[in-house]
Amino acid sequence: MIARTARRLDHRKDLLWLAALLHRLSGLGLAVFLPLHFLTLGLAIDGEARLEGFLRWSDAPAVKIGEGVLMFLLAVHALGGLRLLAVENLPWHDGQKRHAAMAAGVAAAVAVVFLAWLL
Amino acid sequence: MNVSLYVWQRATAVAMAPMIVVHVAVIFYATRHGITAADILARTRGSVGWGAFYAAFVLAVSIHAGIGIRTILDEWSPLDDRHAGIAAAVFGLALFGLGMRAIAAVVMP
Repeated sequence: MIARTARRLDHRKDLLWLAALLHRLSGLGLAVFLPLHFLTLGLAIDGEARLEGFLRWSDAPAVKIGEGVLMFLLAVHALGGLRLLAVENLPWHDGQKRHAAMAAGVAAAVAVVFLAWLL
Repeated sequence: MNVSLYVWQRATAVAMAPMIVVHVAVIFYATRHGITAADILARTRGSVGWGAFYAAFVLAVSIHAGIGIRTILDEWSPLDDRHAGIAAAVFGLALFGLGMRAIAAVVMP
């Protein structure tokens, strides 16, 4: 029974399954973030001072790390989406796992460069 | 997901790919060229071009995220397809409304 369950979940160790999960979770994370992002920018409706207050709060290092995480989510979702479009619309070729790993790696690099740029 | 939603999901993804590159470039630029409210609003207020660009971006992301949320609700929540569709449509419309409000806040003179 346990062995059968373990076999049934074997696909979850596959890199492409993890890439699909990362694509979904990053999209979900962006969907949670976007309304907050829009609400923040909307503060300018009530005047420059309210937006300025938020921007100064966002100078805190913990917030900057959060911004780096958001940059990773955006980059990994965009690159993962491009990979998906290529899989669906271009002739099939080997190396899908390599492309998925590259998408995650490039997204991580973009996030690290962004953090270095911010700090 | 039906064919129509699938096509909208992919079409908005294709439309957003170059927009994301521009948006990331804007973020990098803005963080080095003044991130005070006065600096930001001085660059954006009255800019029809940026207003149009971000209006198109908000429209595309609202459609894309709404369809994505519907798929997640369909597969990961106990909601049936109809209720997942309603919840996703409400989310997409709310996102669009908030996005357009944000654009108005930073672009309107």
